[in-house]
Amino acid sequence: MSSEQKSFAAEIRSQTGVNVNRCYQCGKCSAGCALNENMDYPPSVVMRLLQTNSAESYSAVLHSQAIWLCASCQNCLTRCPMQIDIPQLMDYLRIQALEKKTVNKKSKKIVAFHRAFLDSVRYTGRLYEAGLIADYKVRTFDLLQDLSVAPRMFLKGKLPILPEIVKGRLKF
Amino acid sequence: MEIGFYPGCSLNGTSLEYAQSTLALAKAFGVTPVEISGWSCCGATAAHNLNHDLALALPARVLALAEQQGLTEIMVPCAACYNRLSVAQHALNNSEQLRSQTSQQLQMPLSGKLRILNVMQVIEKYIADKIPEKVVKPFTRKVACYYGCLLVRPHDVLQFDRLEDPQSMDSLMRQIGATALDWGYKTECCGAGFSVSRTDIVARLSGKIVKDAVERGAEAIIVACPMCQSNLDMRRPHIDRYLNTKITIPVMYITQAIGLAVGLSRKEVGLEKLFVRAPEMEMAE
Ligand code: SF4
Ligand code: SF4
Repeated sequence: MSSEQKSFAAEIRSQTGVNVNRCYQCGKCSAGCALNENMDYPPSVVMRLLQTNSAESYSAVLHSQAIWLCASCQNCLTRCPMQIDIPQLMDYLRIQALEKKTVNKKSKKIVAFHRAFLDSVRYTGRLYEAGLIADYKVRTFDLLQDLSVAPRMFLKGKLPILPEIVKGRLKF
Repeated sequence: MEIGFYPGCSLNGTSLEYAQSTLALAKAFGVTPVEISGWSCCGATAAHNLNHDLALALPARVLALAEQQGLTEIMVPCAACYNRLSVAQHALNNSEQLRSQTSQQLQMPLSGKLRILNVMQVIEKYIADKIPEKVVKPFTRKVACYYGCLLVRPHDVLQFDRLEDPQSMDSLMRQIGATALDWGYKTECCGAGFSVSRTDIVARLSGKIVKDAVERGAEAIIVACPMCQSNLDMRRPHIDRYLNTKITIPVMYITQAIGLAVGLSRKEVGLEKLFVRAPEMEMAE
């Protein structure tokens, strides 16, 4: 069976354990979602799109800003009467969007930040904040970001000049 | 009394005052934190956003190292690390296959029996009953205790405190003389990891939190999470711009507040590291 023919909902269920069809559209998740205002599709609409099980809807979700704006705060899961694990679903959808190269254009900075973060951890084993910001700036050309706060952080001893390197760190 | 200690990256850098005040408080109560040697990053938000395997392997490495060192209990002051380590341990304990796979990948055994405690749990377990006799400068202020998302959610994994109206910090603050206010934003999201990539979102979300605290009459916001602290404190210029007013309420760690109350100096608890200055909060008895 090609992935086109396979039911999206079934694939999501087998990968994450989340059954999107249990959602009865009460809207509690969206009502409590702090990022709702910024999202193109609030969480309950993401659920509805996935329920339709069409290629167009699935593609809309994978191209959405919503999946990147989800902060994994878990408020939706906490309040959902059906205990649907939307945060976990969002994790899965983000990774799908990366694999299928459908990352929302307006969300590139968010992805760049996560990438810069993981790279720092890859190279040293720990997060090295000065390096993270430098890496992020190179990726986004957002050269002015935090220019005003960095010197104060440095003076407070919060931005060490050199990274610490962990022996035996995880290779990835 | 010794206890394992996972500082995590934030406490090593941007939030060093949280480490400083936690260690000073522990010392004042005869608790000796033993740092997990060779610890690495838990993966934080980035790992579970981009890479499913890393979201498990990174925290699992920390757990395995702690076990290898013979630790049975670790203190994890950073709410984000506490959350990631607990979620990973829960996943590993729920699937024998996942546990053995991960253990093989790390080439370290993983029993999954480590007890992972946040700062309030450590204080409640080892310090709280001795607090009353040690208070020399009661913290007689009105405070808004802000828990954020990561300390209490997901509840079935963390099993800590109440979901919508947690009380652990409130009751500790009352023990040192503070008035813990009822307010509406105890567990609302501060914008978390968007501090750099979407500062506008952090300004809005953290702005609402700070505004409610001030409107209820709070004189300080008390936190136990480095991400919450830096969003509410370091991002204050953005918050002020969003709210179109200047807000001066300080955002302190629970360990700083208790530390001051039991007589530690401002320097010992790293108070001068905060961006928004905390005025004299404690009252000499
Ligand atoms: S809260 Fe749960 S059931 Fe209600 S709309 Fe959201 S996902 Fe569906
Ligand atoms: S976890 Fe994501 S979708 Fe759910 S309430 Fe939080 S930000 Fe919204």
